[in-house]
Amino acid sequence: MSTPDLVADSVVKRFADHAAVDSLSFSVARGSFFSILGPSGCGKTTLLRMIAGFIAPDSGDIAIGGNSMRGVAPNRRPVNMVFQQLALFPMMSVGENVAFGLARRGIGRAERLKRSLAMLERVGLAGAAGKRVDELSGGQRQRVAIARSLVLEPTLLLLDEPLGALDLKLREHMKIELKQLQAAFGTTFVYITHDQSEALVLSDHVGVMSRGRFEQLGTPQDLYYRPQSPFVAGFVGANNRIVGRTTRTDGTLAEITSADGWVVHALKSGTIAVGDAVEVFVRPEVATLARSADGLPAGQPRHAGEVESVLFDGANSAVLLLEAATRREFRIALPQTGQFSDLKPREKVLFSFDPNRAVCFAARADA
Amino acid sequence: MRDARWHARLTLGLLLAPALIWLGALIVLPHVDLALLSFRERVGPRQYQPSFAQYRTFFGEPLYWHVFLRTAVMSVIATFLTLLLAFPVAWIIAKLARGRAGSLLFIVCLIPFWVSETVRTLGWMILLRESGVLPALLVKLHVTSMPVELLYRDSTILVGLVYTSLLFMLVPLVSSLESLDNSLIEAAYDLGAGGFSILRCIVIPHAAPGITAGCIVVFMLTLGNYLTPTLLGGKNSQWFTEQIYTQFITRFNWEQGAAFGFLLLALSTAIVVIGLRASGQRFGDVMQRT
Repeated sequence: MSTPDLVADSVVKRFADHAAVDSLSFSVARGSFFSILGPSGCGKTTLLRMIAGFIAPDSGDIAIGGNSMRGVAPNRRPVNMVFQQLALFPMMSVGENVAFGLARRGIGRAERLKRSLAMLERVGLAGAAGKRVDELSGGQRQRVAIARSLVLEPTLLLLDEPLGALDLKLREHMKIELKQLQAAFGTTFVYITHDQSEALVLSDHVGVMSRGRFEQLGTPQDLYYRPQSPFVAGFVGANNRIVGRTTRTDGTLAEITSADGWVVHALKSGTIAVGDAVEVFVRPEVATLARSADGLPAGQPRHAGEVESVLFDGANSAVLLLEAATRREFRIALPQTGQFSDLKPREKVLFSFDPNRAVCFAARADA
Repeated sequence: MRDARWHARLTLGLLLAPALIWLGALIVLPHVDLALLSFRERVGPRQYQPSFAQYRTFFGEPLYWHVFLRTAVMSVIATFLTLLLAFPVAWIIAKLARGRAGSLLFIVCLIPFWVSETVRTLGWMILLRESGVLPALLVKLHVTSMPVELLYRDSTILVGLVYTSLLFMLVPLVSSLESLDNSLIEAAYDLGAGGFSILRCIVIPHAAPGITAGCIVVFMLTLGNYLTPTLLGGKNSQWFTEQIYTQFITRFNWEQGAAFGFLLLALSTAIVVIGLRASGQRFGDVMQRT
């Protein structure tokens, strides 16, 4: 197996008295797309800036392409970064922007021109070299920013929430484009974002970060289907969260009763004993909705509810229910069959979910 | 409808009136009068006739145009030195000092301007004259055996001019550097640029309108300065404004003085235009920065 392109070894960075990055260790395989996903303030930007070299870790080491980066200035690292606001140089043309890094390496004018034009063509901007930066659309600027970095053939390309400034439609489009670009170039991408959908769609591996640590590191599928902490379950994808205490355990399953008396069943994650405070997470698409009892799968505990509102969003449509006894909100994804397209608020319905596909964790101390 | 438009025009006119009156009465009218003065010649008591004699005298008399050129060259040098000195200061205020430290530094630069220019210049004289502070210090440190006269030299004039102009360079520089996005500097650094390349390719092009604005203001102030060259340069100062003063006040030759005034105006306009052309800036863009 080849050496990983990026290895972080117990990297620590403190600001005043709080650890922005708290002894993180991970590695990113060559040619893969790695995302760091976390809410703002979780330390992901600090981590990225340490990889780029703008700030030095207090302790620990970062190795890129097998070489330790301790004491190596940003302009000497085999790493390039796509900035959040892109940071294209407004005083230069598109072509000059792309050729900037080449010029700094002392590459001759003719070669510079050849390489930057070829790169612009690869990102679909042939003929834009002479344009001013402000003549480009948001998506085109994005591509210039990436081209400007990739033309230097870095070992690692860092991307700092580059889609944050774009509108939704363009963001969806650029997501696909980024993935295709990464596949075409084969460069290792390290991408930071607070948007779980970006991380899930784009990445080979995702590190979910919270308070300077990785809560979980795995494939998008792992994070979605097998979350290892209540934070990951709550942060990645939509989830129904029910807080309560364990009233019975039965092998791998537990019976949980919420403070107001709703009884649900879920798979145990970690050691959970009777009487423990727990958090239960049920994905909206795991639950089944029915108007009568024979519409529900056999053998699953049944719950009654009342429609609060129908959230129509095409393929992502859902219904928000109120559980009959406790009036707690519960979200269920609507099937694509159109079977419930006539659902009305205040209608009485039944629902159930497979306890093996719901998960419960020991409650967080501060949750 | 028509009434409303007429109203709007009247309001605009009234609002502009003080500025227009000021401009007309204090700038346009005197200049028209000076222009007329400069193009006439006294042929007898209270008898005048139109002529170019005043301008001919200027070009015919080497002293006049020597002083004229000297003033221009010294002003350019003073402007350049002010820029060199103000740039690092502006960089520190705009980029390195955070929040309150920045405004504090700015105030420190502003404080000398609470004192009148005359008093400040006299302060320099106290420091630099033969029996002053600095020559005495040099003797004490055994740098010189005798107190030296530091006043009445060209370099003294330059020191005084740079000192007087610093703030006027600093203000546009700070504002143009503040508007430079730090991520541009980081991006250039990330793409492999060193300090000098960043300065040359990113910082200076971005700050160019501010630099030009500061240079224009400082150059005009320096060229038209009377007090500093006279006090610090003494008899040797040979500043063109002194020639104008002499013509108007000592010689009572208003015609000659008016011609000199116009020559100075033409000089400053010419140099500003050349400067703008050379740096590829447009006057409108530059003035937005001041």
